Amino acid sequence: MQRMMIDRAKELLASGQVNRVLGWEQGEHSWDRTPAFFDGGNIENLKYDGFCGPNVSKYLVGEVAKDGVVLAFLKPCDSWSFNQLATEHRINTEKVYAIGVGCRGKIDVEKVRAKGIKGILDIAEDGDTLKVHTLYGDSTVERKEVLLDKCLSCKGKEHKAGAEFIGQSEETSVGDKFELVAKLEAMTPDERFAFWRSELSKCIRCNACRNVCPACSCIKCVFDNPHTGVQNKAAADDFEENLFHIIRAFHVAGRCTDCGECSRVCPQGIPLHLLNRKFIKDIDELYGEYRAGAEIGQRHPLENFDKGDCEPSIVHERGGSAQ
Amino acid sequence: MPVKNENWTPTIVAFCCNWCSYAGADLAGSSRLSYPANVKIIRIPCSCRLNPLFVLRAFQRGADGVILCGCHPGDCHYTTGNYYARRRMTLLFSMLDYLGIDRRRTRVEWVSAAEGAKFSATMNDFAKTITELGENKKLGDLRCKE
Repeated sequence: MQRMMIDRAKELLASGQVNRVLGWEQGEHSWDRTPAFFDGGNIENLKYDGFCGPNVSKYLVGEVAKDGVVLAFLKPCDSWSFNQLATEHRINTEKVYAIGVGCRGKIDVEKVRAKGIKGILDIAEDGDTLKVHTLYGDSTVERKEVLLDKCLSCKGKEHKAGAEFIGQSEETSVGDKFELVAKLEAMTPDERFAFWRSELSKCIRCNACRNVCPACSCIKCVFDNPHTGVQNKAAADDFEENLFHIIRAFHVAGRCTDCGECSRVCPQGIPLHLLNRKFIKDIDELYGEYRAGAEIGQRHPLENFDKGDCEPSIVHERGGSAQ
Repeated sequence: MPVKNENWTPTIVAFCCNWCSYAGADLAGSSRLSYPANVKIIRIPCSCRLNPLFVLRAFQRGADGVILCGCHPGDCHYTTGNYYARRRMTLLFSMLDYLGIDRRRTRVEWVSAAEGAKFSATMNDFAKTITELGENKKLGDLRCKE
């Protein structure tokens, strides 16, 4: 598949139809994949395999401001974010030539490590197993067991954008994506408070969740405003991280495509997508099912209203645990 | 998890829209209807001016309850502001509940400029609820308190 992608990119570059290519290249380790731009000179460095977890659509925001057309390889989940950014006029779709690429779920190296495999030197994919080459010898891991969390609640392998498609996809979703949210909702408020305090107090305010988020595309961010007092960890109050994360999730409510990047990049392993998913669940329940990024030009629930909307007291009235 | 403090009285922040609820509060005052002194009114141009950050900041700085008052749906001075505020506050309050802040500590009421009595009754009722709930969880800076 990687070969097919490189060959197709070369064809399109040679024909002049596109000027640059957005894909993934190898990072520091053999399994690291980082989004990168290519041209005719370095297109052979393009990588596409089970490690290409990063969502590349946000990189197009800055890129479409330049001259020429970008060829973007989009995984199925990237295509939702692409549509959402196009809806918000952050991406000019005329300057992007999107090719959908198949996805069999992406691998989380941390999960390989969690299996007790240390000193990893190299990981090779071989069908449904991974061959892990380590300092202490070789071992194999089932591919399904080490998929990223976001792949386990995948929105489906159908591309929502793209002029052409390369490769086959395989369903990776298992179970209900709102399962954990519902589990938290069933706890008592004190348990929930303790859960989120313990999770969110780990936050080091590196802003990775904000920077990676394809819905967080403001040029000026409220958290960069020195007058808000929320810009850094040193000034942190006890509730400061909760505040940051509630606001971060609120600002993308209704626009979040549930790509799961926030949790993937979190160096502290905070399940941030559970905040975003709570908003998605509430929106689905209160204002009708809505999938951000399903198509270009949708009007999202928070920039819309209905005269018959429920009153905020619905929060008090509907179920959930006893106070 | 009420924090024991014998001298505690609730702090309630009421965000009132300029056109209806603030005038309603004014009417309550000129009609000699009492509402608790714990209610601190902050005037905002429209209920949809209420940034979710304001609510969180209020809690962080020690509020025990936050109430938003605006024009009745359909009566907004800016035609549709309170419809947007209604959706936003529904989601925000639900999120606060999800993070373990008691859902009874947040409320939205629609109070028109002619409803001084409703304003007074609402504030009395809300203050009673908050008093019963007791002191809020410590959301402020623990280092600055004993």
